[in-house]
Amino acid sequence: MDNPVFAEIQTQIDQNPVMLFMKGTPMFPQCGFSARVIQILKHAGVPFKTANVLEDPELRDGIKTFSNWPTIPQLYVKGEFIGGCDIITEMYQSGELDQLLKEKGITTDAAA
Amino acid sequence: MAMPAAEIEAMIKAALPDATVMIEDLAGDNDHFAATVVSEAFRGLPRVRQHQLVYNALQGRMGGALHALALQTSAPE
Repeated sequence: MDNPVFAEIQTQIDQNPVMLFMKGTPMFPQCGFSARVIQILKHAGVPFKTANVLEDPELRDGIKTFSNWPTIPQLYVKGEFIGGCDIITEMYQSGELDQLLKEKGITTDAAA
Repeated sequence: MAMPAAEIEAMIKAALPDATVMIEDLAGDNDHFAATVVSEAFRGLPRVRQHQLVYNALQGRMGGALHALALQTSAPE
């Protein structure tokens, strides 16, 4: 934890149960992989927060070291790194993502 | 900023000698690949750890020289 941006990342993943580090914004994703994860999260019907790494070069590099993961997007649920686009897609298709969100106590709109 | 499929496969096999690696060049541009990697090393590991093993094998090229590598990993059935 020697990089100052790590503290910022830790705060974001602590404060937001579903936190996505992405390129662009949910309205205007600037990469196909980020766009796909946004689609999945919207489909899952869970509230989520995003951080745009394109606006912050330190965050863009820092999150890769923080997670030991070379690519963006990166999804955190309740402070735990879940994966990037491939893993999220695979988990979504197999139903594991819904299960994980439920286990972590994230309420989905669909469940209401 | 591209990397031929054979090089990707060689790097993965160097780190995971038992691995079966299948690589598909998605766009025909040597830059967007999908890889399926099956190795005993993945058994019992969560997906994040499995993918990290592959990324480690690629020694920092992922996200750099290699822009897009869709990954699917599993242990042999």
